[in-house]
Amino acid sequence: MINIALPKGRLGDQVYSLLETAGYGCPAVRENSRRLLFESEKNGVRYFWVKPSDVAIYVERGAADVGVAGKDILLEYEPDVYELADLGLGRCRMVVAAPKGFYDTGERTLRVATKFGHIASRYYAERGREIDIIRLNGSIEIAPLLGLSDVIVDIVETGTTLRENDLEVLDTVVPISARLIANKAAFKFKTAAVEELTQRLKGLV
Amino acid sequence: MIEERILKPEERAALALRALYGQYGYQTYKMSKFEEYDLYLRNKEFLVSDRILTFSDTNGKLMALKPDVTLSIIKNGEDLPGYKQKVCYHENVYRVSGGAGQFREIMQAGLECIGDLDRYDIFEVVLLAAESLALISDDFVLDISHLGILTALLESYSEDPSLRKQMARYLAEKNSHDLRLLCQKENMREEDIVTICDFSGIYGDMESVLTRLRPLCRGEKMYNALQELEQMSCLLGKTAFADRIHFDFSIVNDMDYYNGIVFQGFLSGVAQSVLSGGQYDKLMEKMGRSGGAVGFAIYLDLLQDLERRARDYDVDVLLLYDMGDVESTAQTVSRLRQAGKSVSVQRCIPQRLRYREVLDMRKEGQR
Repeated sequence: MINIALPKGRLGDQVYSLLETAGYGCPAVRENSRRLLFESEKNGVRYFWVKPSDVAIYVERGAADVGVAGKDILLEYEPDVYELADLGLGRCRMVVAAPKGFYDTGERTLRVATKFGHIASRYYAERGREIDIIRLNGSIEIAPLLGLSDVIVDIVETGTTLRENDLEVLDTVVPISARLIANKAAFKFKTAAVEELTQRLKGLV
Repeated sequence: MIEERILKPEERAALALRALYGQYGYQTYKMSKFEEYDLYLRNKEFLVSDRILTFSDTNGKLMALKPDVTLSIIKNGEDLPGYKQKVCYHENVYRVSGGAGQFREIMQAGLECIGDLDRYDIFEVVLLAAESLALISDDFVLDISHLGILTALLESYSEDPSLRKQMARYLAEKNSHDLRLLCQKENMREEDIVTICDFSGIYGDMESVLTRLRPLCRGEKMYNALQELEQMSCLLGKTAFADRIHFDFSIVNDMDYYNGIVFQGFLSGVAQSVLSGGQYDKLMEKMGRSGGAVGFAIYLDLLQDLERRARDYDVDVLLLYDMGDVESTAQTVSRLRQAGKSVSVQRCIPQRLRYREVLDMRKEGQR
């Protein structure tokens, strides 16, 4: 039996469809219910829905053998897990954005509003730029408009929200997509099952 | 005489391991809890976490609560031709660990073999790592890697240390998709990309890994390392644990300190590796020592996960007694203990005690 942590929401639904196509279906998942735990003995899988940012924790701590998490979460929290496949789903970009016409003269400490403090710090450290991280939990786009920050580091899918707030992309930090991750100990004790699942998913993307 | 059933898994393991290491002539090394901070400052990268608990001693010297045992052992040894210092330890170390990023006291057991080493010593330590795991649980896996192979492979592709570091990071994650992108970005040849991506996927029993590894090897350095792995496979293949030992090149450790054989141990039911070790001649060199060194540590705290299931009862018998009735109470307790039962003597039923049975010796009016 493989325990699989799925991220709640649209990405999770897409990932489940992929797993279903790969032969790991569990019909109860499709039923509309408030249940969070589903099992298919026939296909040897147990699914549970968790908050997307928590998937990596469930996997790292071994509550799930494998899971699907965004590359943004993996880069931000650096969980001690294996990253076995890029599922190609939920594609977007982590970008640096600023109000249209912004120019960084480099004279002052750059104020950066973001949910992803670690990723932003690393990006600017590589460039030797002094920054001040302003950690926010949502509506990041508003920070430069109110003078709270100079730029933002955030995830962009289509760019509509940025455009509607008169912001433009200055640079792409890293492309993001959903990744199949595995607990290291689970990989050792369920090697064949985890490798089989990985290969079947890789065959579909 | 200690009854084994009352011991926690980590206590049972600590006793069994000390006996095992003694059989191989490893001497117990008892050390002070403190060390001069300067030792860790000079070797920060060797430590699991670079955050250290410090304080000033009575002379104003900056001291640290030990975050590591190995550095202290190396610091105190001496180099003599043909001599090997073999020590084992059971110590608490203090480092940042866990999700909250707080300092924790971590119970660690392990051993070090330091000095004029040869291949027998490396084999003995790897064997002891496997035997240590087997003493704790039947269901274990010991993964072995060789940094000589990894270093040679990466050096054959790039002269840029930061690029090699990034490639090693992807190998550690078994992340062949990002490794491929990185190699493509660096304009590496497609056949080289295929080789290194193949390499990242190699995992399994010793013989099948060697079969897949042989065609990927090139250069003298890599062949020497391969030959060492082949010998290791041959020796370990004759032990009782042969099918529990795998080769896995995702173990990369810190290549500035480690070289040669490195390994990690896992137990079914524990989510993290419980054993970690390897050959660290480069650390010896950095600390001005001439010999080689190999050793490992077992994180005993993690063994708690092996017995997470709570006991159903706190005691077998709850004995309720009258204050004046000391003698017969004492006799009853003695009789129950001789019958192998645990007893909690109370005057009334405690709210938070779970018991199998109640023996009420109180007189009618006192109940």
